[in-house]
Amino acid sequence: MTLLYTEVEEELRASVRDLLADRCGPDAVLKRIESASPYDMDLWRTLSREIGVAGLLVPEEYGGAGASAREVAVVLEELGRAVAPVPFLTSSVLATRALLQAGEKDLLRELASGETTAALAVSLAASPYRPLPETVTVTDRGTLSGEVRAVAGADVADVLLVPVGTELYRVAAENVRIEVVPSLDLTRPVATVTFSDTPGEVIGSLDVRKVLSFGAGLLASEQLGVAEWCLDTTLAYIKGRHQFARPVGSFQAIKHRMADLWLDVVRARAAARNAADLLAAGPAPDAETALEIEAASAVAESWCSEVALHVAEEAVQLHGGTGMTWEHPLHLYLKRAKSTEIALGTPGAHRDALAVLADLPAPA
Amino acid sequence: MALDEETIRECAAALLAGYDPADRLEFLRARFDVGLAWVHFPEGLGGLGAPRELQNVVERELAGTPQPDTGVQAIGLGMAAPTILTFGTEEQKKRFLRPLWTGEEIWCQLFSEPGAGSDLATLGTRAVRDGDEWVVDGQKVWTSGAHHARWAILVARTDVDVPKHRGLTYFVCDMHAPGVDVRPLRQITGEAEFNEVFLTGVRLGDDLRLGEVGDGWRVAQTTLMNERVAIGGAPVRRGGGMIGLVADTWRSRPELRTHDLHQRLLRLWVEAEVTRLAGSRLREQLSAGQPGPEGSGMKLSFASLNQALSGLDVELRGEEGLGYDDWTFRRSDSVDFFGRGPGYRYLRAKGNSIEGGTSEILRNIVAERVLGLPSEPRVDKDVPWKDLPR
Repeated sequence: MTLLYTEVEEELRASVRDLLADRCGPDAVLKRIESASPYDMDLWRTLSREIGVAGLLVPEEYGGAGASAREVAVVLEELGRAVAPVPFLTSSVLATRALLQAGEKDLLRELASGETTAALAVSLAASPYRPLPETVTVTDRGTLSGEVRAVAGADVADVLLVPVGTELYRVAAENVRIEVVPSLDLTRPVATVTFSDTPGEVIGSLDVRKVLSFGAGLLASEQLGVAEWCLDTTLAYIKGRHQFARPVGSFQAIKHRMADLWLDVVRARAAARNAADLLAAGPAPDAETALEIEAASAVAESWCSEVALHVAEEAVQLHGGTGMTWEHPLHLYLKRAKSTEIALGTPGAHRDALAVLADLPAPA
Repeated sequence: MALDEETIRECAAALLAGYDPADRLEFLRARFDVGLAWVHFPEGLGGLGAPRELQNVVERELAGTPQPDTGVQAIGLGMAAPTILTFGTEEQKKRFLRPLWTGEEIWCQLFSEPGAGSDLATLGTRAVRDGDEWVVDGQKVWTSGAHHARWAILVARTDVDVPKHRGLTYFVCDMHAPGVDVRPLRQITGEAEFNEVFLTGVRLGDDLRLGEVGDGWRVAQTTLMNERVAIGGAPVRRGGGMIGLVADTWRSRPELRTHDLHQRLLRLWVEAEVTRLAGSRLREQLSAGQPGPEGSGMKLSFASLNQALSGLDVELRGEEGLGYDDWTFRRSDSVDFFGRGPGYRYLRAKGNSIEGGTSEILRNIVAERVLGLPSEPRVDKDVPWKDLPR
């Protein structure tokens, strides 16, 4: 195991970063989120076809790259740096992991190519530490009814994967009502998904909490990317911006805040790498390793959530009035950071889980 | 001979076969002589000129044998040795490194002065050349372990007519020389781990000079960087070190638990864990030959974490937190956080953000050298030291 990046990972990073620099600059993202289709599905197809990001987690025998959580984490870092509006987390991480767990093969093949996109029909705010609310039920005739709110990636999904009890159902998106609601995160909007007597097909059994925990451990890497962009952009700004006849960045009050932010990000990188490295371990870890993995994910997600948000908030403050404007892309990062703070377990929920995992019991 | 893991293991096996670890000093001397003290040092100087990461192999193979005393000799091992290796003459390296490593000669550090702490380069201790000797006069402070030190690393002013950073020279000071007066400085904890050192007409041979005359600031930078890396070393085991101590208190005293303390403990547990991971990542980077800038930051995190944890430990103990283990005046050999009570740890940790570069100075270093932010306007840069306002 290593907390560093391998050469292969750095190559993957470079390819994703180059493509995003070309196709997904801040201006392009800003323009897109005001249009009717905030997701950039052309970019998504290019990322999938040319770099193969969609199939990273899919085994080679099903047309994927057979890569691990470590490579996925690197892609998430880059997508976070660009607040790229593509369904990688929702389709290639959460939905793909659910299919792998349920033992499905055909849909995996389709997802691996990026031609088909899926979304796991659970709230983005669902916690890996609590049972899902049972808002979807199966009728006697085997159809689905009910509603799931705050589902990310549903509006661009061809297929919805719906956990009901311990079963995973597959539902065609065209048979479902998907209503995007005004969302805090403009680059990853959430939707209300309504099933009314919708035909579904059981594709296997699923412990959805394991999928959410896996997603949470990797979301930390996306948050690392968000934090890095905010730190770099703020650095550039305070070096160039002059007040009182000096660069703002030469004032000790500002420098010390930047040093502290940097230190938070350095530790976020170590935590996110550690989680990705452990999540890359084989599909069936022994009980002890499974607890290690869970703890590493909880540490990474609680730390990186708060760091991404803190760095984004400091970035707004240090940009002064500019940080409050719509045309500066900073708000997209703040919104992503605040939304992912809630996503897949809040920092507090992850710390509560650690109370058990690290044997630090709560007061009686 | 190719220096790989196998060779190192063979050397270690030969050492174990030839020397009895029960004779601590002889064993340590032999370990130095065969080059297993610090394998990346040159042959004859305790090393084999091997890649630095092979030191881990040595540590594994020789675990359970007598080890150098990293407590009493922290300054010798962490600061003096790397500086002597980088700037010393062949004779100096041969003379000093072996007894330093075995602990036969303890080292201390004569840098800070009453008027020169964070602004170290303003120091006023003078060294005036007299033939083959230098005559040193001045006062140093915060000198850990001076009371049992045989040698010290010393920075002194050799030219008052140039700006402050340029008039300094670096020496090895003989702590047994006439005119060296060590006086205990009792601290906030009640013990005297530090000293004031008065230097009056101390004569040091020119062969005790380390580096060129006037180059003392550059030499001191090497020392200070090594100090910060050494201080920032985090525990390797998850849940170890200071967080382990607080966690043990928490586990064994359920009656003291409150929800507020629980939330704070969990936050600090996470911080301790991410700091530990960042330390591991830094060590990996170093052994992969990618010296990252993370080192300067590690001491910063260590200081604030230690202070928060030791403070929480006292608080959560309730009544017991009102007590203190022992106020008896004593001359400690080294800082031992774990051999004393929670009150001691809390008070001693206050020094973590001051010693070895204050947290403020370290933030400046991170901001300027890592993040490339401009320095504050300086009024002292081009002024001869003697003309600086004092």
